[in-house]
Amino acid sequence: MAQASVAQDHQSSWWHRNQQQITPWLFLAPGILFFLFYVIFPIFQSFNLSLYEWDGLGQAEYVGLYNYEELYWDEAFYTSLKNNVIWLLLYLLAIPAGLFIALFLNQTVTGIRLYKSLFFFPFVISQVVVGLVFTWFYDPTFGILNVVLGAVGIPPMNVLGDENWVTVGIIVAGLWPQTAYCMILYLTGLNAVDPEQIEAGRLDGAKGWKMLWYIIVPQLRPATFIAFVVTIIGALRSFDLISVMTNGGPFGASRVLSFYMFEVALSEYGFRMGYGAAIAVVLFLIMLAFIAYFLRSMYKEEKAR
Amino acid sequence: MFPTPIERTPRSWQVTYQSFLPLALILWLLPLIAVAIFSVKPESDFANANYWGWPSEFKGFANYWLVFTASDMPQYMLNSFKITIPTVIGAVALSCMTGFALGIYKFKANIWIFFMFVAGNFVPFQILMVPVRDLTLQLGLYNTITGLVLFHVAFQTGFCTLFMRNFIRALPFELIEAARVEGISEWRIFWFVVLPLMKPAIAALSVLMFTFIWNDYFWAIVLTQGVESQPVTAGITSFNAQYRAAYHLMSAGSIVAALPPVAMFFLMQRHFIAGLTLGAVK
Repeated sequence: MAQASVAQDHQSSWWHRNQQQITPWLFLAPGILFFLFYVIFPIFQSFNLSLYEWDGLGQAEYVGLYNYEELYWDEAFYTSLKNNVIWLLLYLLAIPAGLFIALFLNQTVTGIRLYKSLFFFPFVISQVVVGLVFTWFYDPTFGILNVVLGAVGIPPMNVLGDENWVTVGIIVAGLWPQTAYCMILYLTGLNAVDPEQIEAGRLDGAKGWKMLWYIIVPQLRPATFIAFVVTIIGALRSFDLISVMTNGGPFGASRVLSFYMFEVALSEYGFRMGYGAAIAVVLFLIMLAFIAYFLRSMYKEEKAR
Repeated sequence: MFPTPIERTPRSWQVTYQSFLPLALILWLLPLIAVAIFSVKPESDFANANYWGWPSEFKGFANYWLVFTASDMPQYMLNSFKITIPTVIGAVALSCMTGFALGIYKFKANIWIFFMFVAGNFVPFQILMVPVRDLTLQLGLYNTITGLVLFHVAFQTGFCTLFMRNFIRALPFELIEAARVEGISEWRIFWFVVLPLMKPAIAALSVLMFTFIWNDYFWAIVLTQGVESQPVTAGITSFNAQYRAAYHLMSAGSIVAALPPVAMFFLMQRHFIAGLTLGAVK
C-alpha cells in the first residue's frame, strides 16, 4: 500500500517535472498524425509511384524513369507547361488590379462599406459557378461579350473555342475573384498606412503616382507579400475553371499541368496513375521553388523577432 | 489617408466619384447580375433569343421551385452541409491544439513542425491525388462523406495551424507565465486561459473554412461520385448535364449552390475579412 502510493507520488512528480516538455507533443500528436498520413506521406508515395506503370487496380510494374522519358516527348505536356507559365504571369495582374480598386474604394462616403463587400463578392462564390457564369459571358450565340464587341465594331469571337484565346479567356475569369481577394488585402493594408508619413510627403510636395510609389507601396509590403503568395499558389492550382469551362479543350489547348495530370490518371483517357504521378512531380517541383522562397522569407522574419 | 479624402477635393470631382461608384459596381458584378436575371426568366425567353432583354414574365418562384423539387439539388446541398460542418469543426479543433503547442512552447523542432504544416498547405493537390484516393479506397471510405471529411480535416489543418499559431503568438505571454506561477497545469492553461482568448480567431477561421470547403470541387470529384455523397459543386455539373440548355434552371441552380457561403460572408463579414487579411498588416 505504502509502496503504491510512493510509486504514484513518484509518477506524478515525474509528470510534474516534465509537464512542459511533454504537453506540446500531446497537443501536436493528432494534428501531426493526420497531416502525415494525408499530406506528407502521399507526396513521397507519388514520387515513388512515378517510377511505375499502374492502372490503379492490377499489379504495378516498375519502369524506372520511363514515365519521365515519355513526358519529355509528350507534346500535350509542353502545351500544359506553357499554359502554366501564361497563368502565372497573367494571374499576377490581380495584384495591381486589386491595389487599383482598393485605392478607388478607400474613401469614407456613405455606403462605402456595402460597396467594399459587394466588390469582394466574387471571391466568396465557388469557382465552379464563376466558370459557368463566364462560359455564358463568352458564349458565341448569346454571350454578352459579343454584344459589347459588336457595339464597338469588332466582329464576334468564340473565345473558348479558339486555341489562341481560350487560356486567356479562362484566366480572365480567374482574375475576377483573385482581384477581389487582393483588393481586400490592400484595403486592410491601406487602413494601417501611417498618416503622418503621408502628411510629411505632402509637405515635401509628393503627390499622385510619386506618393503612391515612394510612400504608400513600401508600407503595403506585408499585404503585397500575402497577395503574391496566394496569387502564385492560385495560378498553379488552377483546375476548377478549366474543368468547368472547357474541359481542357479545344483539342487540349487550355490544359495546364494540374488538369492534364487529372486527365491522364482519372478520366476516360485511361487510368495511368504512374504517368499522372510523374506530371504531378513536375508540378510539385515548380511549386517547391516558390514554397522554398516563401518559407525563407518567413524564416527570416521569425529570426528578426 | 491615401488617396486624398473625397471631402477635401473639388466639388466637381466629388460628384464624378459619387456617380462613378455605382456604375463601376454594376460593371464589376455584371456577370452575376446576368445570371440573376437569367434565373427569373421564363423558358420561352431563351427560345425567342431574348437573352439579355428584360424578362417577358417573372418566373423566379417557378424556376427555383423546380430546382428544389424536380432535381437532386436538395440532396447535393444536404451533402455539402454534411461535409462542410464536420470539416470546419475538426480542422478548427485540431489547429487550436497544434497552434497552442507551436505558439506557446519553445522546443527545438517547433519551427520545423510549423514549416511542415505551412509547406504542406501549399503543395499542389495533384501530388496527393493518387495516394489519397488509394488510401481512401483501402479504408473503404471511397464515395463516402466520411472519406472526404477526413481528408479535408487533415489538409486544412495545415492552413489552420499557420493561422492559429500566429494568432497565439500575438497574445500577451505574461498571462501564461502568471498562470504557471500559480501552479496551474498546462492543460488547464489551454482550456481556461488561452482558449477563451482565441474566440475571435476561431470565429474567423470557421467562416473561412466554411467557404473554402463548401467551394471545393477537385477533391469532391476525386473522392466521391454520385448523388449519395457528392457536394453541390460537383452536383451542379451533373445538374447542368440534366438540364442542358435550360439556362433559367441552370442559373437558378448555380445561385442556390452559391448561396450558403455568400450568406455566411454577409453575416460574419467582420470575422471573414479579419481572417483573410491576418498578416496583411504588421
